[in-house]
Amino acid sequence: MAETIIKATNLKKHFPISDPIPFKKSTQSVKAVDGVSFDVYKGETLGIVGESGCGKSTLARLINQLISPTAGSVEFNGTDLASLGIKEIRSARKSIQMVFQNPDASLDPRKTIESLIAEPLVIHKIGTKESRRKRVHELLEIVGLSSYHASRYPHEFSGGQKQRINIARALTLNPDVIICDEPVSALDVSVQAQVINLLKSLQKEFNLTYIFISHDLNVVRYMCDRIAVMYLGKIVETGTFTEIYEDPKHPYTKALLSAIPKENPYDQRERIILQGDVPSPVNPPSGCHFHKRCPFVMDVCKTTPPELKEITEGNKVSCHLY
Amino acid sequence: MSENLLSIEGLDVEFRSSSSTVKAVNGVNLTLKKKETLGIVGESGSGKSVTATALMQLIPSPPGKISNGKILFNGTDLLTLSKKEMRSIRGNEIAMIFQDPMTSLNPVFTVGNQIIEAIRQHKKLTKKEAKLEAIQMLKTVGIPEPEKRIDMYPHEFSGGMRQRAMIAIALSCNPKLLIADEPTTALDVTVQAQILELMKDLQQTNDTSIIMITHDLGVVWEMCDKIIVMYAGTTVESGTVEAIFKNPLHPYTWGLLESQITKDVQHNEKLPAIPGSPPDLRKPVLGCPFVDRCPYSEEICHTKKPEFIEVEPGHFAACHFQNKTSRLEKKEGMFIG
Repeated sequence: MAETIIKATNLKKHFPISDPIPFKKSTQSVKAVDGVSFDVYKGETLGIVGESGCGKSTLARLINQLISPTAGSVEFNGTDLASLGIKEIRSARKSIQMVFQNPDASLDPRKTIESLIAEPLVIHKIGTKESRRKRVHELLEIVGLSSYHASRYPHEFSGGQKQRINIARALTLNPDVIICDEPVSALDVSVQAQVINLLKSLQKEFNLTYIFISHDLNVVRYMCDRIAVMYLGKIVETGTFTEIYEDPKHPYTKALLSAIPKENPYDQRERIILQGDVPSPVNPPSGCHFHKRCPFVMDVCKTTPPELKEITEGNKVSCHLY
Repeated sequence: MSENLLSIEGLDVEFRSSSSTVKAVNGVNLTLKKKETLGIVGESGSGKSVTATALMQLIPSPPGKISNGKILFNGTDLLTLSKKEMRSIRGNEIAMIFQDPMTSLNPVFTVGNQIIEAIRQHKKLTKKEAKLEAIQMLKTVGIPEPEKRIDMYPHEFSGGMRQRAMIAIALSCNPKLLIADEPTTALDVTVQAQILELMKDLQQTNDTSIIMITHDLGVVWEMCDKIIVMYAGTTVESGTVEAIFKNPLHPYTWGLLESQITKDVQHNEKLPAIPGSPPDLRKPVLGCPFVDRCPYSEEICHTKKPEFIEVEPGHFAACHFQNKTSRLEKKEGMFIG
């Protein structure tokens, strides 16, 4: 088995809801991530899928400690990130970089591309002005832009180009892991393919590990080696991409996959249409969180939360059916 | 063949600024029959939404202006109508659903209020009668407990429910034509499936024609009878769903279809992509707008604008190399890299 680079154990993040009564300690909280454990192996792409509000992005932020967990731990190369001081976390973050969803919002409009891409080097006090400039030009070439772009401002670029700049910035410090939070959702289909190709070729070239968060199940199928399906702050199923797509086990995974729009006008797939909406993470349903929308609900589902069990090698499901 | 409910002929829309004029829509033609669903596909900035807003005559003017063309709806040219006449059609006979249900509902009025407003604008009903009808509408679009929900504010609704409320407003006056501008782009796949299913059902029961604006070809396969493909403000191809899927003619459509990720794409394969990005519409386009990204382009494409011609019966395309007598041969692997 490949080497584990990130190991999350029973990770939890509860956001307290402020109480209308001042000074009273709040009793309720949004359980955004509620007991999630997984491993990420070196050089692979782990996909995290789920509907909006299921905790995908919170999980991403927990991994590189942009927010600290309520409980649980994240180990990076064997060291627990939560136990580190602020300085050590900063240096650990050199190896775990992020690419965000909205390429517009994640680039400061008042900075040139050069200062944006060089910023990580400045923050970590690496190199001289000259060497930083050289690195910026090198990175621009790597992501398919040209060095003359360095003196321009973000508004002069299209969405796809902006996302390339974001990727260049994430590469600046030679990271081991890049967390991509919906990196292509804001892009048009024809441009989306360009950025996905870029991410794939960079992974090979620099031996990167990706954590790829997306709600687009087709993109995830193409990008990822293993997939974790999340529902209301919990992982309901993990497995390799073939297992998840060819033989999904959890009823939620099945419904999610059947909701993918048709691939051609003749596609006559049976569709499972889920009733209702995702319940509130403040008061999740008792037992299995999915029982209110599940077509296979049994009595035990209403009372006992299922555990994430390994049913075949590498494929874990949390459902009473298995 | 039944009469066309809607036909747009040579529509031009431009936006002026102090320094330049953007031709957002440049000679768009389309026809739509009763109960038909037309999909308009294209990238952002291709003029999909501007075409739809021009049809509703909601283009902000100035800076926008419909500079040319005809919009025939049930035989009358909408562009010749007065503001008052247009107002009685808008919302009543032609209704629109917008992309973002978050921003298109007014946060300071209850959902019920906003549905009742639409109903009372076009029907002579008392407030009480209108409220009953609004409750009925909410029930039709599948909102549970409509009697309670009607007095709630948009923020108390989830994204999917807000989009259902938008559909309820749009359908409250039984429109003949429903324009849906990316109705499911902001929603999750599971909710998207629910909403598309709902729209299909309602179309069956109300005999509505739908114009579906989207960049997601999956949604098109799901919903539409006909498609027009737009690029940089012009229509590059139009035809039935079957014709465009089986035998696309324009190189842009080839690229668009190829860059879809399907089951068959293997992990180690490179994804076909259209190189470059769409042209700047501020600069006048001399030749074909797709020329800079087209792997098949030749000398003539830079200098002469291709005409939009009927290549096969009912199947139109705007490419110099696609006409009745000669065809452009599609080669494999042109969009890789």
